Amino acid sequence: MSRLKTRFEELAKTGRKALIPFITAGDPNPEFTVPMMHAMVEAGADIIELGVPFSDPMADGPVIQRASERALEHHTGLTKVLEFATEFRKKDQQTPVVLMGYLNPIEIMGYEVFANAAQKAEIDGVLTVDLPPEEAEDCVALLKARDIDQIFLLAPNSPVERIRKMNAVGSGYLYYVSLKGVTGAGHLDIDDVKQKLAQIRENTKLPVGVGFGVKNAETAKTVANLADGVVVGSAFISKIEKNLDNPEKAKQQIIKLITSMRQAMDS
Amino acid sequence: MTDVYNMPDERGHFGPYGGIFVAETLMPAITELNEAYQRYMTDPEFIAELDADLKHYVGRPSPLYHAQRWSKKLAGAQIYLKREDLNHTGAHKINNTVGQALLAKRMGKTRIIAETGAGQHGVATATVAARLGLECVVYMGAVDVERQALNVYRMKLLGAKVVAVESGSRTLKDALNEAMRDWVTNIDDTFYIIGTVAGPHPYPVMVRDFQTIIGREAKQQCLEMTGRLPDALVACVGGGSNAIGLFYPFIDDASVKIYGVEAAGDGIETGRHSAPLCAGRPGVLHGNRTYLMADDDGEIIETHSISAGLDYPGVGPEHAWLKDTGRAEYVNITDEEALQGFHDLTKLEGIIPALESSHAMAYVTKLAPTMNKDEILIVNLSGRGDKDIHTMAQREGIKI
Repeated sequence: MSRLKTRFEELAKTGRKALIPFITAGDPNPEFTVPMMHAMVEAGADIIELGVPFSDPMADGPVIQRASERALEHHTGLTKVLEFATEFRKKDQQTPVVLMGYLNPIEIMGYEVFANAAQKAEIDGVLTVDLPPEEAEDCVALLKARDIDQIFLLAPNSPVERIRKMNAVGSGYLYYVSLKGVTGAGHLDIDDVKQKLAQIRENTKLPVGVGFGVKNAETAKTVANLADGVVVGSAFISKIEKNLDNPEKAKQQIIKLITSMRQAMDS
Repeated sequence: MTDVYNMPDERGHFGPYGGIFVAETLMPAITELNEAYQRYMTDPEFIAELDADLKHYVGRPSPLYHAQRWSKKLAGAQIYLKREDLNHTGAHKINNTVGQALLAKRMGKTRIIAETGAGQHGVATATVAARLGLECVVYMGAVDVERQALNVYRMKLLGAKVVAVESGSRTLKDALNEAMRDWVTNIDDTFYIIGTVAGPHPYPVMVRDFQTIIGREAKQQCLEMTGRLPDALVACVGGGSNAIGLFYPFIDDASVKIYGVEAAGDGIETGRHSAPLCAGRPGVLHGNRTYLMADDDGEIIETHSISAGLDYPGVGPEHAWLKDTGRAEYVNITDEEALQGFHDLTKLEGIIPALESSHAMAYVTKLAPTMNKDEILIVNLSGRGDKDIHTMAQREGIKI
């Protein structure tokens, strides 16, 4: 059974919701990433989404784009990110790691080479922003054969047919993007999320994570009341960006924010 | 003829290329656009309105001009210029923006966005938006804003808002990223007019369909003027819209050789170029699978060309397919060679070409002498060079 499935089942048993932080691998420097991943788990993260830096992150806002640019200054590409994951796995065999990024690095590496490398690095899920299910068949088959989940996005304007399609093709969890827009933008409207989630739930048994617009403990708690998982990205990366001269300080602030989110979600 | 060319399939694939590779938020908009495009391209009323606009507003048909002095000098093929530079706004770009803007209006969209490199597509978009009374925002890389100041001012005069994009390499690809972000955010009321035959399906086929007027006219004009088909076609390729516009109606005419000219910048060997078909590899960017300039990690490599309109790391997926099948040949021309092409045409024919088109002209100076005097070569003069005068002067150390 995949680590993601196990993790969601464990959480369901204790009535808790998954806290899923996202960081861009290699931001602000390559040495930062693996210790940060361990620290996030210690502070209460259940699953880690590890961003694969890409030169042209079309679906991301300026915060995550700049994180990608910083990481790429140190040449942190897909190969390097897989090394980080391998390193992380040496000390943590339980926490699922999901790679999140764009298709081109995988295309250039080759689907099969990537699937093998991801298996070797004990990656649990892959979320490729610009790979809709219609084009995903080959990739999904190769990953599935290696027990790696392909995670798909759902948007506020996704019609019922697409929810059903994601349910059929995807596994692990579905990621509901709560805003029309890019990462880090605006505030989520909780009533809209509630309505859309009800529709999604009618069409899938997969756990649903909600992201885009979760910035603090309060929104994390509100979202946790509705969803199976809460995804937080830009809020953490902003801390890195504000402390580029002092990454240790950024790390402490991220730990503090995760701890507060965890407490709020569990209370 | 054995096979009739019939690309793409209904999901926009040209063999392994093309397709729809976008974030989920864009899928409903892509579906809506595709449905509207399918519906209106077979609607006689829409086609009649488009044809009337092309005639009375754009000024079509554009002439096919026999460049006799130039032909004589090169002592080879008879060279004919397809004069897209004479269109309203000075380039082929308006063929497409007129079409997409009419579509936007039929779809009830009130806001138009576009990306632009050289500014020609931005100007062509701002122009049709002004005419139809639509709000218009144009994204342009900050580097391009600098080197195409004249077009920036033109767009502003036309009432468009020009956003200088400061991210990434600050050129065309970054403008495209930013336009995509805008579209994702404002999907309900906004129509994204892509300027080239790239992007998610249906853009590559839709833009092609609007641009094939170039090749359809050229074919008819050539037959009328010479009584036969041309032997060779030449056009510059950035994203490749002027090229596919000229090439497409000739694809099934096996006797017609087809040459696409990419920008070699400082030279392919220097790595500082914009020639994905000649020196790139297949990958996925901006919604489609095609040849790209990417490194081993799949990161997009910064491109270089003296011409802002060719300064793009990808290319339309149909060109990728035409390359792989061998139907078209893709060659490249350096900045220096393009400048020579610019001067040649200016001095010999009294026509100042855009720097983009100058790449095609430069290739003609190589190709024409290898052909016989009774052979016919049509080259697409995709735009006029007024916008580049500043760049030229600067390069030659002249202060205007």
